[in-house]
This record gives sequence, C-alpha cells and structure tokens, in this order.
Amino acid sequence: MSDIVEKTLTALPGLFLQNQSVGGPAGVKASFSSRLGGLVRGITALTSKHEEEKLIQQELSNLKATVSAPATTLKMMKECMVRLIYCEMLGYDASFGYIHAIKLAQQGNLLEKRVGYLAVSLFLHENHELLLLLVNTVVKDLQSTNLVEVCMALTIVSQIFPREMIPAVLPLIEDKLQHSKEIIRRKAVLALYKFHLIAPNQVQHIHIKFRKALCDRDVGVMAASLHIYFRMIKENPSAYKDLTGSFVTILKQVVGGKLPVDFNYHSVPAPWLQIQLLRILGLLGKDDQRTSELMYDVLDESLRRAELNHNVTYGLKALTYVIQQDPTLALQHQMTIIECLDHPDPIIKRETLELLYRITNAQNITVIVQKMLEYLHQSKEEYIIVNLVGKIAELAEKYAPDNAWFIQTMNAVFSVGGDVMHPDIPNNFMRLLAEGFDDETEDQQLRLYAVQSYLTLLDVENVFYPQKFLQVMSWVLGEYYYLLDKDTPEEVLTKLYKLLMNASVSSETKAWLIAAVTKLTSQAHSSNIVERLIQEFTISLDTCMRQHAFELKHLRENVELMKSLLPVDKSCEDMVVDASLSFLDGFVAEELSQGAAPYKPHHQRQEEKLSQEKVLNFEPYGLSFSSSGFTGRQSPAGISLGSDISGNSAETGLKETNGLKLEGIKKLWGKEGYLPKKEGKTGDETEAPPVPQESIIMETVDQTLIKKDQCQVLTQSKEEKEKQLLASSLFVGLGSESTVNLLGKADTVSHKFRRKSKIKETKSGETTSAHNRTCSYFSSSSNATYEDGYYLDTLQDRGDKELNKLSLNSGLLDSESLTELPSVEKLSNCKLSSSPSLFTDNSMEGFQPSQSTALSVANETSLAASLLEETSEHMHSDLVEVCHNETISLSSFKIWKDDCLFMVWSVSNKSGLELESADLEIAPAENFKITEQPGCRLPIIEAESIKTFQYSVQVEKPFTEGNLSGFINYQMMDTHSVQLEFSVNLSLLDFIRPLKISTENFGKLWLSFANDVKQNIKVSESQAALPSALKTLQQKLRLHVVEIIGNEGLLACQLLPSIPCLLHFRVHGDVLALWFRSSCSTLPDCLLYQCQKVMEGS
Amino acid sequence: MIKFFLMVNKQGQTRLAKYYEHVEINKRTVLETEVIKSCLSRSNEQCSFIEFKDFKLICRRYAALLIVVGVNDTENEMAIYEFIHNFVEVLDEYFSRVSELDVSFFKAVSQVFLSTWQSTGVVLIR
Repeated sequence: MSDIVEKTLTALPGLFLQNQSVGGPAGVKASFSSRLGGLVRGITALTSKHEEEKLIQQELSNLKATVSAPATTLKMMKECMVRLIYCEMLGYDASFGYIHAIKLAQQGNLLEKRVGYLAVSLFLHENHELLLLLVNTVVKDLQSTNLVEVCMALTIVSQIFPREMIPAVLPLIEDKLQHSKEIIRRKAVLALYKFHLIAPNQVQHIHIKFRKALCDRDVGVMAASLHIYFRMIKENPSAYKDLTGSFVTILKQVVGGKLPVDFNYHSVPAPWLQIQLLRILGLLGKDDQRTSELMYDVLDESLRRAELNHNVTYGLKALTYVIQQDPTLALQHQMTIIECLDHPDPIIKRETLELLYRITNAQNITVIVQKMLEYLHQSKEEYIIVNLVGKIAELAEKYAPDNAWFIQTMNAVFSVGGDVMHPDIPNNFMRLLAEGFDDETEDQQLRLYAVQSYLTLLDVENVFYPQKFLQVMSWVLGEYYYLLDKDTPEEVLTKLYKLLMNASVSSETKAWLIAAVTKLTSQAHSSNIVERLIQEFTISLDTCMRQHAFELKHLRENVELMKSLLPVDKSCEDMVVDASLSFLDGFVAEELSQGAAPYKPHHQRQEEKLSQEKVLNFEPYGLSFSSSGFTGRQSPAGISLGSDISGNSAETGLKETNGLKLEGIKKLWGKEGYLPKKEGKTGDETEAPPVPQESIIMETVDQTLIKKDQCQVLTQSKEEKEKQLLASSLFVGLGSESTVNLLGKADTVSHKFRRKSKIKETKSGETTSAHNRTCSYFSSSSNATYEDGYYLDTLQDRGDKELNKLSLNSGLLDSESLTELPSVEKLSNCKLSSSPSLFTDNSMEGFQPSQSTALSVANETSLAASLLEETSEHMHSDLVEVCHNETISLSSFKIWKDDCLFMVWSVSNKSGLELESADLEIAPAENFKITEQPGCRLPIIEAESIKTFQYSVQVEKPFTEGNLSGFINYQMMDTHSVQLEFSVNLSLLDFIRPLKISTENFGKLWLSFANDVKQNIKVSESQAALPSALKTLQQKLRLHVVEIIGNEGLLACQLLPSIPCLLHFRVHGDVLALWFRSSCSTLPDCLLYQCQKVMEGS
Repeated sequence: MIKFFLMVNKQGQTRLAKYYEHVEINKRTVLETEVIKSCLSRSNEQCSFIEFKDFKLICRRYAALLIVVGVNDTENEMAIYEFIHNFVEVLDEYFSRVSELDVSFFKAVSQVFLSTWQSTGVVLIR
C-alpha cells in the first residue's frame, strides 16, 4: 500500500497531465492551448505593454464572471485558478479569486485541492485575513487517511500559515514526526521549521524531537532538520556544542559517498547538504578552538574533494575573505586581480575594489583610492556611491600621504558623494580639521590648504556643488580664512554673498553660509558686502535667515562683544554651558515664594493630564471626586494642581526669554554648534602619544621609490609592464617579496590623522545634578504646602457623613501597626481626620493613600518626594462579618493590591476577658496559593481589642468561583478551646488587574495570543451605548481601556501574577460583541463568564 | 535565504515567478522590471552574480530563457547557481527537452516542483 502511495506522490505533477490527456507532453499541449495556452500565446504574440494590459484585463473580467457564476464546476474552477495565477504573476490584481482558491482547496478532489492550495500559497501572504479560512481545511487534511492530502496540507503549512493559528495544528504536526512515511516526516519537519521562523517560542518544547529528526534513517528528513538546527545554533551556539560530533559524522558520510546515488549531483555527493553542514560547523566552531579541532579532518576532506568553479566574482569574494586573514596571500594573485580591475564587467570591478580596500595600506593608498575614484565617477547607482564614498573617506583619513592629497581626495568625495553620503563623513572631516593632529604647524598647513583649495573651487563659474560640500566649505572658510593673512576678507565675502543669493542653495546651507559670514565679519567689520547682505536678509521671507541677519546686524554694532563671541580659531575650545540655568535660581525662588507653581517636566505634566482625564471620565471614585470639585487630588502623583497650566507656561516662557541671553554666553554661532567637537579635548596632553615622525618620513621615501619605479618601467612602454607596475604599486607593503618594500615597514600602520580622544567634562554634570536636587526640593516642599490646603478643604467639604462609617475601619487599623501593608499603615498615620475618601460603589471602595500621607509628613520633604513616586492605589472591600459568637466576631476584607489579593481577617474580642492561643487557619484550597504574612500571629487577644490576620492569596489557575474556608481557634481563660468555622467567597475578579499597555503593544500581544473566545451578549438599551458598557467593564472587571475607536473598544487586563488577557469589543445596536484573547487557555472563558454576569447584573 | 525565483524570456516577459517573501503586487512588477533589466543587459561572459540593492541576484541563461534567483546576503551564490541548473535538468527530464513554452504552459507543474524543493526560501533537494 505504502508503495502505491509513494508512487502517487511522485506522480503528483503527472496528475496534471493525466487529467488533460494521456498523450504525454505533446498531447497535453494541445488541450492546454484551449485556455491557458491561448492566453500565454496571446500574450507572447503581443508587442506592447499596453496591449498586454488590455488583454489581461479582459481575461480577468471573463474569469471574474466565471468564478462567481454558481454553475461553475470545481474542475472549471481549477482551470480558472491556473489562469488567475498567471495573471497575478504578471502583476495584475486578481484578488477577487482569492476566496475561490480557498474554496477550491476546501472542496476539490486531490488535483483540484492541489491547485487550490497552490493558488493560496501564491496569492496570499502571512497576515492575510482570508488565510484564517484555510485553517480548518488544513486541520481536516492533516487528519486525512489519504497521504497525498496530508502531504499537501503539510506543504501549505510550511509555506504560509497564520502565526496565531499555530496551536491549532501543532499537535497534529508533531504526531506526523513519527509517521512511517519519510516524505511526511520530512514535510512535518519543514512545517516546524516554518513555525520556528515565525514563532520560535511555540515550538520550543519540541526541540528534543528535532534531535530524533536529525538521526532519522532517511536522509531527506535529516537534511530538513539541518535547517532548524542552523537557525537554533545561530541564535545560541553554545547550547548545541554537543552535537558537533554528530554533524561531523554526517558530513563524513556525505563526503565519503555513503548516501544513496540519488543524492549525487554531477557526481558530487549532495552538495547543498554539504553546504548546510559546513555552515552549521562554521557556527559551532567559531571562537572555539576545542570544537573546531573536531572538524579539521572532515573539513580538509571536503575541501580536497570540492571542485572549484571559476566564476570570477566568486573567486574574488573568496579571496576577499581570505586576505582579511592573511594579506600576503593576495600577492600570489596579483596579476589576476589587475586583470579584474580592467574587466569590462562593472560588478567584477567593484568586487576587485572591495578586495583592494581590504589590502590598503599607507604605501598603496594613492593608487587604490585613485582606482576607486575612477570607478566612482562612472557609477550612477546611489547605493554604490554611498558605499564607495564611505570607504574612500575612511581610507583617506587613515592613510593619507600628505595634506594636498587628502584635501583633494576629500573634495572629490564631497563633490561626487554629494548629498547622498553618510552625514558622518563631512562631520568627521570638519572635526579632523578643527581638532588637528599632533603637530600644530602641520595642522595649520592642512587648514590653509583646505581654504586655498576651496577658494579656487569657488572661483570656477557655473559649477554646482552638492549642499553638503558647500556647508563644509563655508565652515572651513569661516573658521580658517584668517590663515591666509589677508587684510580683509572682502574677497571671500563676495563669494559667500554670491552663494547666498543663489537660488539653488538650500536654506540649510544658507544658514551655514551666513554663519561663515558672521565669523568673517568679526575679523573685518567694515564691509559693504556685509551691509548689503544685512539689508537683503533682514527682509527675507525665511525666518531663520532673517534671524541670522538681525543677529549679525546687532553684533556689528558692538565690535568688542562680537570679537569675544567669535574668537579666531577657537572652535575646539570647551564651552562651559550652565545647563542647570543656575543663574535663574534666585528668580525661581522668588517666584515660588510668591506662589508660582513649581516646574514640572513635560512627561510628568502629560501623565497627570492623562490620569486626570481618566479620573474624570471613568473611575468610580474619580467621578465622585469630580462632583465635589477635587479632581486635582486624583492624580496618582498627588501633586497635580489647579494652577498646573498657567504655572507651566510661565516657566517655559521664562526659559525662552532667557534662552537668548544664554546664547550670548556661548562662543559659537550657527549650525556648526552641533558638531561634536564641543565635547572638548581636555585630555590632550596626557592622551596623545608622540608623533611617529620617522614613519611619515619613511612613507614619503616609499612614495618616491614608487615614482622612481614608475619612471623606469614606463620607459619600457609595454602594456604588460604597466600592469606589473600597477601591481607593484597596489601590492606594495603586503609581503616581503615586494620590491618597494625595502624598508621592511609594511606592517606599521601609521594612522596619518590620529583623532584625539575626548574626555567628557565632569564638571557640568555635577552642576546639573546639584541643580536637580534644588529643583526637587522646591517641588516637594511646595507640594506639601498645597496638600495642606487641600486637606483642609477636603475635611470641610466632606463633613461628618463619613466619620461614622470610617470609625470602624480606622479604629481597627489604628490599633495595629502593619508594616507589610503600606496602605493600611498610611491610613493609621493619618488618623481619623485625614482618613481616605471612602464611598461605596457596589461593595468596592477606593481610596488614595498618597495624598493623605503627604499631609502627615508635610515637614519631611524628602519623604514626601519619595511618596510622590509611589502612585500606587489599592482598593479594598467592605469589612464583612464572616462569623461570630458571643465572645468574638470575625470580619474580613479584601485589599486588591497590585501584585496579589490581600485578605485581612480581623478578630475582635467582644468579651472583657483575654483570649489565649488564638489562631486562624486557612484550609488549603484548590487553585490558590495562600501565604501568611509574618508577624501577625500573637496568641493572645486582649480584652475588648481587635487583632488581624493577614494572608496574601495568589491564584494558580483561572477559575470562575472560588472559596476560602478556615477556622479560628481560641481559648478563654481556663476553659476549653473553641473553634469557629468560616468561609469567604473569592471571585476571579479579585485577581484581575488593569493592564496598562499602549495600543501598539495591544496589537502585538493580540497577534501573539492563541486562545480566544468570542461571544455576543444582548444588553439592555441603557447598556448598549459604548460609554456605559465601557464604564461597566472598567469598573466592575477592572479592565484598562487601551483605546476606543468608533464603536469599538480595546481593553486589557491581567490575571495575577501576570497572565495578560485582551478584550476587543464592539457595540452593535443592543448587542455587545466580545472577543477575548489570552496566552492562557481558560482565562478567556472565565472572564467572559464574569463579563456576562456583570453586564446582565447591571 | 531565497527571496524570489524568476523565469523570464528574452523579451523580458515573466514566465514563472515565485516569491518566498511577501511583496506587494505592484511592487513586484517594478522589481521584476528592474531585475530583468539588469540581468538581460549582461552578456554571457559577464559574471552571473549581481549585487542588487541590498540583496544578490544569481542569473543563468538557457537559450531564450533566463532564470534569476534573488537571495539575501547569507546565501551562497555558487550553491544557488548550481541549484538553478539542477532545476532546469529536472524540467528537462520531465518534459523531455524543455522549452520556454513548456514552462509557461506547465507553470503549475513547475510551481509544484519549486514548492516541493524549496520551502520558505531554503534549498531542500539532496
């Protein structure tokens, strides 16, 4: 039987033929020509794209009519599908056929199903919504007894499958790993590989099964498993070191020809398998000598047997990799590389340049960079330019032989690379110029040369330089024009002015230009051009330019200030910026003393605003607060005050007006201010090593030697000789046999331009932190003051109505000092008067301890500050009596803490006698983990006193209704022990907490969760409106509202300790469509139940 | 990883296309045009590996038919180069001398071949 099946499998493609005709390919052609054939021929015959489009549009409209016609049989549908595939492949939208492709896969016979699956895999992508419709079909086919169907299902799974539906098929596919047919096993492995690619976490548990696949007796299965291993090893090589031996053995067998002959390709045994194995071994052996040793033998063997194909690029690539390890190897191939350099194929050329880039050193730099520039001038593709320009700049910076060469090369880089190059290149260049190297005269020469060369460049008429280049020029001219030792910068000002008036110059560049003008003006202020320029630009429409012009104008009026502001050659000097704005401290203190609100950072203001909005809208206690006019108190930070906005705007305004003044202190103007050179170079003296003078001299000697060589060889005037010459100049310094390399200095890499290391200034940092301290002091103290005010108001407003109610709670709490329970502790701190705002809302009461706490500690500002951060708010239930007798009364209440449910049982001793050996026992309960809080077990309850027992309860798995039971024991003096039983109901909601996430994260989580439950609930008219439904959900279920979009809402919550659950709901008339998703399988069900209960109950 | 597999004729018409990464349909046409242009402009003497944007193209020509495979940086060009040949050999055997029209007529068949051999962009055969 299995043989027959296998034959069917291998003949599967043949099925297409049998269906059409039995006459072999020739006969098939005839029958195909009717439909698809006709289409293909028609298209081939057409000459213009336009005609093709017309034909296909017509074909598509025909197909559209056919596929939607009810009379269309599946067989016809299959035929249509093939044509649709063709149309879509040619780039025409055939989306109307997608759903039919899925239908075909669902309903068709074997062949039709195959075509359906094929169409689906070609039409749809991973996140396509229609793909969900396919899941059922796949599951059905996976369970089919027909192996071909199983095969098809596995194939489609390994090609395209919605990630969130993986759990639906995962067990089925796992089973298939043990299937008796190897093709099924192999496809199952591939499907798992796909899962590993898209959702690695979901297949983590079956890693051990992959090992079985690796040891499979069938080579195909083993080969398929290698792909998974490659991925896993890439992520974590150390975890799979133990498999090195296995991989080596497999490779040995493959190389040794132990595989079936079927696997030979042109007499090479399984080349692709070998490649994959070598890749894996490469990963395993990386940086691990011991593991690598295991492989040497087999690698050697593989190399020996490998026949090298001579596709030149490939060879070059290989060489490039090799010479990174050992540059001298390139010497053997000198002539080949030279050949490649002149190869007509630009790709080979580029590959060669890449190689040359690797072997560049101080001696061959000029030749190599010249070659690169030549190539650069020819190429037009942006990607290549960006890449190459970066390389040239890097090489030039590293190995430049002299100033002139360096500047010229960089000029070429800037003018060709223009505006596409990486912004680091001009920035680095300018920093290099500014910071200089180790020798001051050398620096000055370089700068001078740069200035001169730019002046020449600007002299050329009608040349357009890239904006970046112009920016560099204007900076250099502004900074270093003085080096020219001319009396007035009139000449250069004229040039800059011309550029400024040029319409093709961008406004960013203009800012650079005018900055340069400003700098030059400070050196020679009596200039007509500057005056003209100011006139022109003070009326400019560009605000930025106008600003610059005005600055220039006013600075010119105060020469002294201007000189001190724009000193010559000080671009590298450190600037002491008073980032803390300490000079404003006095002002701030004064304002604060007059009642201004303290400054709050932007993010804090936003948080407060957000939380305020929420309070206003939804939260039960918040609503009530707003009605009594105390919304301000509801912010979690407890410092949000009415004067919020006005205070802030005053603060920012203050900052702005002083910002200008502050800038006056800076020594730099204009754009270049952002250059990192500001960081300073205080560590120069200690950091910079002495100049390797000798090496520079020797380089020049080398260069002259090359030149001599060139002269000699040129006289021979033979093409071959030229190449050899080129070779000698290219490979100079690479190996000992190199003729030019007489000085034996090949390996000394002397970085021509050694960048100075920077030491961050610590001083300003200190100032800042000091300032921060002051700031926080201000804010905290003023907070405290405000809290005081509010506290009084609250008291008056609230009156006595709550006092009665609170007496029980606070009495109870007062008697204890519960350190484990911050909220309760705070309560007792506050005494009755400042007791929290409690009001009943369906047996839940909310209170916010942080503000009230702030009252009692108003004089301890530091503590107040720390409490501000603690925005926690715990809600707790009413005190409910659970059991009582004549002696004691046992009550309990729940505190919904952020991380657990906190149960407090309080035992009040009503008798006038002392109770002994009082003990509370909670019976272990299913689903719950109960932890007793330490320190509350005192065996004696004094007369007329209250004692509490506290337990934290954690849920172990989701449930709908739960129950905690227990008993309390006590002993009156000298009497027998009394036992009282009690029980408390727990709801799942006790363990649900809002999950505060962003919409974006919601989307991510939503996709990653596999368990979902959907349900429609009918609700009463009053509930049907979105806000009220939302309110109910938020209040009763404690869900966090992530976002509301139209009539849909996104909510999130978590089951403690941390099982997230997401809810998407939509209002349709009086129907609420709820859709829960979670990583836990039972949670959505339980939540849905609660949700229904809440919606019905309200 | 293989990104796409293309078969085009000399006139630049696509005969077979399979993408292993989802590409928008209108972007496909643009991509194909660019790829075909850069491949067809090359002579037989020129190298078969082309660096194209951030991925690599491996092309191989069989009479009027050009096969182009787009791979990402980690793929071995030589392996793909030989893989193309293997694919053509199989087609050749199946159709007993494959021609351009065979491929276009039996694109479904060829697709089956391709999907059997490659899954999610890795070479699986042998």
